[in-house]
Amino acid sequence: MQTAFSVNDPFLFAIVAIILLLVVTQSVFFLVRAWRRALALGMEKSTLRKVVKTSATFTIVPAISILIGVIALSRKLGLPLPWLRLSVIGAITYETPAAEAAARAVGTTLSDTATALTAPQYSVIAWVMTVGIMAGVIFTPILCKRLLSGVDKLEQRDRKWSDIFMNALFMGMISAFLGMIFGHVTEGLAGWIPVFVMLASALIMVLIAVCIKLLRWDWLTDYALPLSMVGAMAMAIPITNWVTGVVA
Amino acid sequence: MTKQATRSYDDATHALGKIWVWGMGLMMLMFPVAVCLHYNAWPDGAALLKGILSIAPMYWAVGMIEVLTYVPMLGAGGSYLGFITGSLTMLKVPCTLAAFERAKVKSGTPEGEAVGTIAVAVSSLVTLSIIFLGVLLIVPLTPILENPTLAPAFNQLLPALFGGLGVALIGKNLKIAAVPVLCMVILFTLVPSLASSGAIFVPVASAIAILAARLMYKKGWLDTPAGDQPKPTEEGAK
Repeated sequence: MQTAFSVNDPFLFAIVAIILLLVVTQSVFFLVRAWRRALALGMEKSTLRKVVKTSATFTIVPAISILIGVIALSRKLGLPLPWLRLSVIGAITYETPAAEAAARAVGTTLSDTATALTAPQYSVIAWVMTVGIMAGVIFTPILCKRLLSGVDKLEQRDRKWSDIFMNALFMGMISAFLGMIFGHVTEGLAGWIPVFVMLASALIMVLIAVCIKLLRWDWLTDYALPLSMVGAMAMAIPITNWVTGVVA
Repeated sequence: MTKQATRSYDDATHALGKIWVWGMGLMMLMFPVAVCLHYNAWPDGAALLKGILSIAPMYWAVGMIEVLTYVPMLGAGGSYLGFITGSLTMLKVPCTLAAFERAKVKSGTPEGEAVGTIAVAVSSLVTLSIIFLGVLLIVPLTPILENPTLAPAFNQLLPALFGGLGVALIGKNLKIAAVPVLCMVILFTLVPSLASSGAIFVPVASAIAILAARLMYKKGWLDTPAGDQPKPTEEGAK
């Protein structure tokens, strides 16, 4: 027998709540374990508190942007599924295209909010969004130990090169994303908006570093990255308005 | 603390990580299974296949690349948690880098392992809390968060994030960063369509960075340790 279906059915919320509670449990479990480990290694509690403060403040703005993704997807999919997908494994860059592809496969689109999804349509979308994002879940446990023991071996062979190798890995990641920011510059002035915002963020970071160094505002260190991010995002509004005005 | 203790901690992390990650993977599958069972709504095979084929090859390739690239950065605990809570590129990895900077530790050391795990755990808990609050307050929040005036700000999250992070990290690794940054800027400027492929180019850029760094290292151009990060503790040296 088929139960009446709604994308915001309490049953779906209940399933999501169970899964999210487990994710919270996992996070707390790993947090407590790592905290104890850090103390056993002789790290200061004050250092760990700084890590917590930096991580928490850094997370706020990207988390709000994830929330915007949840709200956008909820128009068609209801709240439970986007809430789950963007809280567990998913990322905003993957979930929206995945949901769109799945919606098209069942003959609708995300923008068609006037038509409600049927249960079988919803079922296809839930399966596609879940299966599509499973690679990390399957491969991380298989490869994690091997990859990290490879890093260990590298360090044992040549400590200095190992340091450089890890830094190169980080620089590679940052380079890829810095490069992507230049992906639209050939489209004219509007394509430079991301570059201007990036420069604003960099400038704010330099200003913060100067304040910390010259004025000895050490407390600012915890907030340097969040401030540069929020400041640059705030600057993005006048920058976009200015560029739009010039282009028009 | 002995090497033995480090090894047993690491081994336990891997064992627990496997249980958690695969367990959570099964829990994730519980959602569509529950939809099918509760509503007796089994997916149409053709639509399911079409949907999966349209995203899975790309997403699984990117997922594999993310594992290869981010696991050495995040460490064991951070990876087992980060690959469950997601948003790695935009959130967990930069957050971990910021935490390393703040605690003055390096990845690949026992201290880095602990700090990375703490950073990912805190970031995950904060994200879960914010989304939970947002869902609770969705009615009053929606018009604010979707206000067109704010749209340009949220559209530029990535540049706003990597501008500051770039200054913080590239400034300390100028020689190592120069070649990959230049290559990526040239690549995406000349072939803009690639910019939408995002994460696929992380390992490409990392490979370029590693190759260039290796050449400079061999030529003795990287005499001082990369960056001015402090040396790891005795135990970190293993």
